Amino acid sequence: MTVLKKFQFILIAALILTLLSACGSKNDNKEPAASPSGASPSATASESNGESSAEPSKVPDPIELLNVSYDPTRELYEAFNASFAEYWKQTTGGKITIKQSHGGSGKQGRAVIDGLEADVVTLALGYDIDAIADAGLLKADWQKSYEQNSTPYTSTIVFLVRKGNPKGIKDWNDLIKDGVGVITPNPKTSGGARWNYLAAWGYAQKTLGYDEAQTLDFLKKLFKNVPVLDTGARGSTTTFVEKGIGDVLLAWENEAYLALKEYGDDYEIVTPSLSILAEPPVAIVDKNVDKKGTREAADAYLKYLYTEQGQEIAAQNFYRPRLQSVADKFKDQFGELSLLTIDQDFGGWKEAQTKHFADGGTFDQIYTPGS
Amino acid sequence: MMRQRKADRVLPGLNLSLGFTVAYVSLIVLIPLAALVIKSFDLSMSEWWDAVTDARVVASYKLSLLTSFYAAVVNLVFGLLLAWVLVRYRFPGKRIIDGLIDLPFALPTAVAGIALTTIYAPKGWIGSLLEPLGIKVAYTPLGITIALIFIGLPFVVRTVQPVLQDMESDMEEAAVLLGAYRSRTFRKVILPELLPPLLTGFALAFARGIGEYGSVVFISGNMPMKTEIAPLLIITKLEQYQYSQAAAVAVGLLLVSFVLLLFINLLQRWSNRRLRSVTKGA
Amino acid sequence: MAGIVTNPRSGKNADTRPHLTESGLIRWVLIGAALLFVGLIVVLPMITVISESLRKGWDAYLEALKDPDAMAALRLTLITAAIAVPLNTIFGVAAAWAITKFKFRGKNLLITLIDLPFAVSPIVSGLIYVLLFGAQGFLGPWLDSRDIDIIFATPGIVLATMFVTFPFVARELIPIMEAQGVQDEEAAVSLGARGWRIFFKVTLPNIKWGLLYGMILCNARAMGEFGAVSVVSGHIRGETNTLPLHIEILYNEYQFSASFAVASLLMLLAIVTLIIKSILESRMSKEHES
Repeated sequence: MTVLKKFQFILIAALILTLLSACGSKNDNKEPAASPSGASPSATASESNGESSAEPSKVPDPIELLNVSYDPTRELYEAFNASFAEYWKQTTGGKITIKQSHGGSGKQGRAVIDGLEADVVTLALGYDIDAIADAGLLKADWQKSYEQNSTPYTSTIVFLVRKGNPKGIKDWNDLIKDGVGVITPNPKTSGGARWNYLAAWGYAQKTLGYDEAQTLDFLKKLFKNVPVLDTGARGSTTTFVEKGIGDVLLAWENEAYLALKEYGDDYEIVTPSLSILAEPPVAIVDKNVDKKGTREAADAYLKYLYTEQGQEIAAQNFYRPRLQSVADKFKDQFGELSLLTIDQDFGGWKEAQTKHFADGGTFDQIYTPGS
Repeated sequence: MMRQRKADRVLPGLNLSLGFTVAYVSLIVLIPLAALVIKSFDLSMSEWWDAVTDARVVASYKLSLLTSFYAAVVNLVFGLLLAWVLVRYRFPGKRIIDGLIDLPFALPTAVAGIALTTIYAPKGWIGSLLEPLGIKVAYTPLGITIALIFIGLPFVVRTVQPVLQDMESDMEEAAVLLGAYRSRTFRKVILPELLPPLLTGFALAFARGIGEYGSVVFISGNMPMKTEIAPLLIITKLEQYQYSQAAAVAVGLLLVSFVLLLFINLLQRWSNRRLRSVTKGA
Repeated sequence: MAGIVTNPRSGKNADTRPHLTESGLIRWVLIGAALLFVGLIVVLPMITVISESLRKGWDAYLEALKDPDAMAALRLTLITAAIAVPLNTIFGVAAAWAITKFKFRGKNLLITLIDLPFAVSPIVSGLIYVLLFGAQGFLGPWLDSRDIDIIFATPGIVLATMFVTFPFVARELIPIMEAQGVQDEEAAVSLGARGWRIFFKVTLPNIKWGLLYGMILCNARAMGEFGAVSVVSGHIRGETNTLPLHIEILYNEYQFSASFAVASLLMLLAIVTLIIKSILESRMSKEHES
């Protein structure tokens, strides 16, 4: 009987151990990578800082950064990370690896709040980084940390139509015509879709003399033409391109160009008369870099986005560069249009979010009968 | 050692197995689900109620329940047919068909969703055939139902199959001897016997359908009030950082599932008791 | 769920006693309808996956599988299954033993709780662990101060997978063990067998095929789970992506054939399952005959 009891005990102990080792396994494979880079580089970094120039003899330990980003930046950061690693090696002599995580902007923001240890976040809209700031992971005025509203590159919303533009779509008011299928993701789940929505709102507002009811009516008509609301920007592109649904895709300019690059001559881009200046901002997640001791590298990483090389990579991936010299160089790539801004025309993200996208906001009113 | 315990527990291991079971269930299922319920009560009672009875939420509950119900009904009919054919008949490729039934368990739901959308979209293999007839599948509740039929297929087949296998043919034989036609034998002798597993399979497929996300989200089109399923609404709430609201919608969904499952298990008990009495009688 | 094997007698049923079956015409109509249904619902998506995966040829297919991120995802998927399946198996056996061999109060409730993960939305299955272990969750601060990562790391993925695959083995075993009753075990006790000996010598041989089938299903589902894992993974490339998540990423990168290629790998697993099950069946029927 005691033998049996002992056996039970051993079994249970073994099970608990397995469970714990399962939990620990992550620590095993992550800690060695993270903690040397966590503890010591902060020391080396501050030392080298003190000496004002990194000595080649003192090679800092390998560093690993995690960049949590939104969906359409995959290609951009793939190229940028390689370039930055090269730059880092040249300036400090150390090795740096940048891990990427991509997903819907809101989902990614939530993951960081819930404990995904991002060193930097590069999301689709300031609202999502504000939410991370609200959770106390970075300072409230994060947007002042870097130049240009912490937005090293911008984009805008354009139309992608099928070759020859059979429906003759030129501007936003063509989208509310009967028989035009409009593809956009769901503004509730997609950051890009919120830019789409606001651009349409801004256009309607301006052409309809800032009449709220008529503007809402315009949006209602527009969304009546939307047959599918995917959850993310990439989903919408797939629906439009692969599944052949709809006549016009509202997309990030960079997404539209990328689709053009991937799918060749079956599509063309239409630049509307008015659109919105989409600012996907970047920020350091203070709490995480302080914990891991990676602030130095994270800071260099984001600053590198503003350098000539960084700006060129952004422009090559169809983001509008901020640096004038690079902007001039890529001038022919982007169509000209007048742009609204979120801060001046919509009172900032907080206000736009409450008015349009929160529960009961204008977007909900479009779909709620009788309102 | 045994004698110290109560006389009716001849077999060993109750404490160990039950203890472990309860501990494991608590750790993996109960505590996490409790966290969900607690989180949803960050909201006050009226806020909670508002969150669950919001027009869009109600519409999504309705859609999820209806499409799962239709899918489960289709699976009920065809699941029975499949189980019947697989158990009673011989035909080439039977083994393969039998194995394919489990495929929906193994295929990642997202892959299933993408594949089904590819087939049923207006340009797809079947979608292009149906479009001239004016039937739209992808991005309609019909598309959601088809995805849920795929997801729920194994449940009915796998609950009916074993019962059908073990069914004694004596009763059928007797019915035939008494002059009953085949269709009558089926209705009066076979079907009553199969009713409990059929209902069990139906309810499992139904419950699984209510919560399904991965396969549905690609084919549904996600139009608010029309093709927006409840799990998507949970995601939507989360994207807006409304954790407690998301939890409230999830708890509503969970309650439906729980009631359904309790019902299933009562059914199963009932079927066991019936089966036992039948075998005793025979 | 308890469908372990096609009854070896089933063939005989059909052919030797014509008065107990339908006329040939009806039989073939029924078979035809069943095949059509399976064809439309299961086979067609399967063919889609295969044909899409080979759209760019074999080289691209192999290339997609050899990609280091795909390999990392495969490794994580295998690790996850290797932890989740054995634990759920042990649990399934323990639960089935307690439920079928003893009487106690609350049995129905316990069975319902075991079933619950079938009915819980995968999104919720992931969400509950975020609420519990996430940085803002109930245990988050405690874990954080001790530097233990659960969410957005392997443990979280394993937990979510365990939750989703939780009922399979137990569900498979309970009906089988219920049908077998306790006579064999009681006989063994009266012959002086004790404790684990009873289980290994008497019970296990009786349930081994059911157990194996339950494990196969559990494993297939563990490797294929998407929704729940997606919520807790964090999607770090080459680190916390499982195969299903990797498929989604590829799909979102316009690498459609690559994504279907990886999907076909998972489907291959399902087909291996099918073969193993077939072997089980033929063995079973041989055992039956002898």
